[in-house]
This record gives sequence, structure tokens and C-alpha cells, in this order.
Amino acid sequence: MSVLTMPAQPGHDTDAVLRPLPWRRMAWVTWRLHRGTLISVLAVLGAAAVFLVIAGLKIHHNYATLIACKPFSSAACQNLNSDFNNTDWTAGNTVAILMNLTPALLGAFVGAPLLARELETGSYRYAWTQGFGRVRPAVARLVLVAATITVLAWAFSQVFDWFFQPFLPQEEMTVLTATVFDTHGIAFAAWTLAGVSIGAFAGMLVRRIIPAMAITLGVYLVLALAAWDLRKYYPVAVVSSSQNINIGPSNRNSSWILGGWFTGPGGKPLSQATADKLVALTYGRYHKAFPHGYTEWTRYIPVSKFWPMQLIEAGWLLLLSAALIAATVWLVRRRAA
Amino acid sequence: MNVIETTGLGKRYGKEWALRDCTLTIPEGRLAALVGPNGSGKSTLMNMAVGLSVPTEGSAAVLGVKPVGSRAALDGIAFVAQDSPVYRNLSVGDMLHLTRNLNRRFDDAAARARIADLGLPLKKKAGKLSGGQQSQLALTLALARRPRLLILDEPLASLDPLARQDFMTTVMTAMTDDGVSVLLSSHALAELERVADYLVVLSRGKLAVAGETDDLLASHRVLTGPAEAADSYAQRLSVIQDKRAGAQAHLLVAASGPADRVEPGWEAHPVGLEELVLAYLRAPGGAPAAAPSPALVSHIQPTEAAR
Repeated sequence: MSVLTMPAQPGHDTDAVLRPLPWRRMAWVTWRLHRGTLISVLAVLGAAAVFLVIAGLKIHHNYATLIACKPFSSAACQNLNSDFNNTDWTAGNTVAILMNLTPALLGAFVGAPLLARELETGSYRYAWTQGFGRVRPAVARLVLVAATITVLAWAFSQVFDWFFQPFLPQEEMTVLTATVFDTHGIAFAAWTLAGVSIGAFAGMLVRRIIPAMAITLGVYLVLALAAWDLRKYYPVAVVSSSQNINIGPSNRNSSWILGGWFTGPGGKPLSQATADKLVALTYGRYHKAFPHGYTEWTRYIPVSKFWPMQLIEAGWLLLLSAALIAATVWLVRRRAA
Repeated sequence: MNVIETTGLGKRYGKEWALRDCTLTIPEGRLAALVGPNGSGKSTLMNMAVGLSVPTEGSAAVLGVKPVGSRAALDGIAFVAQDSPVYRNLSVGDMLHLTRNLNRRFDDAAARARIADLGLPLKKKAGKLSGGQQSQLALTLALARRPRLLILDEPLASLDPLARQDFMTTVMTAMTDDGVSVLLSSHALAELERVADYLVVLSRGKLAVAGETDDLLASHRVLTGPAEAADSYAQRLSVIQDKRAGAQAHLLVAASGPADRVEPGWEAHPVGLEELVLAYLRAPGGAPAAAPSPALVSHIQPTEAAR
């Protein structure tokens, strides 16, 4: 018995009163039908979070020891550095890969069975013929489950964010790096929402759990890979002739270089051959002293655009998820047995 | 008031018509039996009546409400699908709460009293109940919604004889106490013979015959006479079934009334319900749709043997 359950109507005869549909009832229905899933997800993410905290404390400690080690070129410090790069980075990398797969797995294990189980076991014949019909309970279940999982995913990504901090100053690693961007900020929660929505839609479409799970994983991976490329086109890129764009307190603050080109005197773009010569001329120099009138331009996304990019990404994922959930409800409405 | 009214109702799955040309009226207050062999379209008709399935052609109204499956329609109907689907991992008590929360009207006290009468433990998982108990649970939940029309798809198929009797007793009690109309499908007629007061016979996706049981019995009879005279006699009658046994012929015919003149040398006998239904089911090619009026039955083509 749950606290959400309404008290019994007094008297035997409830014929006279046709009760309206309170959303609290739908919340109870959602909780009762999906509590197994929700509790399992909470348990798995909770256990993973505990692991991240325990492992993270050690990694943070190792990292603090490493950066405090002076002089850095000493054998002792180099040992620490290689230990960190070998052991801790391997662990961090593995966790990051799993983290990237988590929204897809949540989509497959939470989203796909959400309605497909109903169709597969035949219980839809009970659920869809009750007095409130099939649409409102389906909306409630889709929205409440998707929202709950999204919030859990957001909380989990905050733990991961902390866990991963020591690895961001690593070479080639910025918060804009595809695999990092996906798992930080609000993107992880948005991707989880998209995963669950894809799963629910696929489940309603193919009406079988296992095929729906496979479709969910496939579609999610294609979408995630496409997004890595798509991000370049978010309207946040900057063009600059400064040679200092990549320099900051740490690589965490470094930019994502999208491309570059040279211009000659008068601002005309250089031919490939001339550009190659210019590159050869300055090759290996930190400060590239180009001949007068020649400029190297760089198109890049500064790391300060992390949050605008996160909002853009979360925005379109939210729209996509809303569209998928609406389509799922439409299928519930339309789909005949 | 008719609980179900269909006009030219049809449902096609791919290229196969599961049901076609079904024009049917079931009046209020009846226990209507929907009979036919497996695959004759019974579940298809019921699914369309509760809105689980959308007609390919024609239309249907349930309790005077169109479209079927709308919330206005579902408020008055309780449907127990084949094999009484329940959430197997929910307890009996949870199924009560769930059904209560999914309906605008739910008689919780009555449902609990009934569950107690049946001796179903509230904590027990629905999936762990016996087949008979699951059916009773599904029926209890359906009746607690205080429906005007109770639709039961093959409720007796998976039950042992004792459970069948208990189940039917509950249904009959609901009919007499609350005035519930019932539409019940079965592929076994024997157990409905005594209780069904309205009969709908489906055969190969077509409506074979439908009507008040008493009217149907009164308007059909078996004529027994010499086989050599049967062919010519049969041409003047609407023969549902023509059985020959040596020199004797048994013609199951639709008559306009018991007062019809019988030719000399022939004897008329009343027909049993099961015999009547089987005759319609055996009619080749499926009989054309027949309204409650027996007059329509005269369109039925002569049987193979009579040709």
C-alpha cells in the first residue's frame, strides 16, 4: 500500500460519483508498474557512484601528489607520472567509455520495455481497456519514467564529473572532446532522456522487447556518432589570427581547433603550395614569425563556449525526445491489437 | 437500448479477413453467447467492441457510444481478455489499487468483499494464482468497475469444470443483481446452452446466425421423411443441414413458425441448441449474415447434399 493511494470512497455505491482523473493516481500507477525498473536503475547507478567516489578519492589523491611533486623532471616525479598515466588513466578511460554507453543502455533497458513489455505479455488488453483509456496512463508513464531516469542520470553525471577532473589536463583532452563533452554538464542527462525516448518509441513500434533493445542501441550509437560531427556546426565557432588560442592554465581551458588557413598580403587566401612553404618555414617554432603581410587564421571553438554548446545540445535532444514521446503516444492511440 | 450494434463491420489482417460483413444487434440485459470455432472471428469482434482493434470497414457502437474505445465507451464496459491478463508480478491487493486508479468508477468495498469470499490472499502475486483464481480476480476487478456491459473473451477455456461453474455463478449474479449485460465468447457451446439467452454464431469470419435463443429454437426444426422425396421438398425450404441415413432424410430447416404445414410422410421435431449451432457452423461457405429475424435465414443456400 502506498501513501499515494486514495482513501476508499465512503459507502458501497460509487455509481453516483464519476471521479475525475487526478495525476496523483497516474503517479501511483507509474510507480507501481515501473518501480522494479526505477529501483534497479537507482541501485546500479548508486553502486557505480559509490565506486566512482572511492576510486575517485584515490585518483584525486594521486593527482594532487603528482602535481605537488617538485622538481617534475626528477626520477621520483617521473615515476609518479607514469604510474598515474598507466594505472589511473586506464581506469579513468574505462569508466569514461562505460559512461558514454550508459545512456544507450538506459534507453535499451528502461525505454524499450516500457510499453513493449505490455504488448509482449498481453497485459495491454487489461491496461488499455480500463475506464481512463490508454492515452493518459501512457503519457503519465512515459513522462514520469523518462523524467525520473533523466534526473538520476544528471545526478550520476555530477559524480562522474568530479571523478574525471584529474584527467582533463591530459594531452588531447578538453571538456570539448567528444567523449568528454557527452558525459559532462547537462549533456549526459539529455542523452539519457533521448535514449529512453528512442527505446520507448522503438518498443511501441516493434512491440517486442529484445528487438526494440537492439534497435535502441543501434539508433543511439548512430545518433551519438553523428552528434560528434554535428557539434562543429553549432554557431559558437570563432575565427582568430591569434597564436595563443590554445594556451591557458591547463588543457582544460584549451580550445577545439576546427580548421585553419593562411592569407597573404591584401588578405587573399594562399594557394596550397604557398601555404605549405609557409608551414615549412615556421615548422617546429613555438612562436611562428611569418613574413610581413602573411597571417595564419584559425577557426576554433573556445572552451568558454562549453555551456552554450551544452545548452544547444540539450535543447535539440530535448526537442527530439519530446517528439519521440509524442510519436509513441500517437502510436499507443493509433495502434490496434 | 442495444449494447452492441455493428454495421458491415470488417477487419482485415494483411490479406486475410478475420471478420467481414458483420451486421449485428445485441439488445440490453442479455447473456449473449458468441460462438464459433477457433479463428472464426470471435476475438476480432470483441477487440473491436472494446477499441483494442480498429475496424477495416463498417462501424460499431457499444452502449450507443461511438467511437468504441473512447473513454466515454470504456467507462461503461469491462473487458476480460482471453487468459485473463493481469500483471503477474503485482499482488492481488496491488491489482485492486491499480484498477481503482485506472477507472473513474470503482467499487472498492465490493471488490474486497469478493476477494475475501474467494479466499484470495491480498499479498499473493497475481501470477502465482491458479488459472481459476486469476479468472476470478480478473472478473472481480471487471465487475467492481460497475460496468453496464461485461465482455468476456473465452473466460472458461482454461478453467476446470468446478471453476467454470463458480465463474458463471458470479457472472449470473452480476446480471440479476446489477443488471449487467454480458457478451461471452466460447468455442464450446455445451456449457452455455442453459444460460445464454442470445446467440451469435460466427463461422469463418462471417456471421452465421444471431438472435434470441428462444426465437432461434422456435424458428428451426428437423423434418424427418423419405430420402427419395427429400430433394424436391428441400428446394422449397431453407435447409440449413441435410443429413441422409439410408432411406431416411433429416432436414434441419428454418421455418417461419411452428405452424408451418408439413408435407405428408414427413415428421417435424424441435431442434436442440447445440444441433442448431453445429448445423450453421457446418453450412458450406459460411452462411450469409442473418439478423435476429428468422426470415433472413431463408436466404441460406441449399446444402451440398440437397443440390
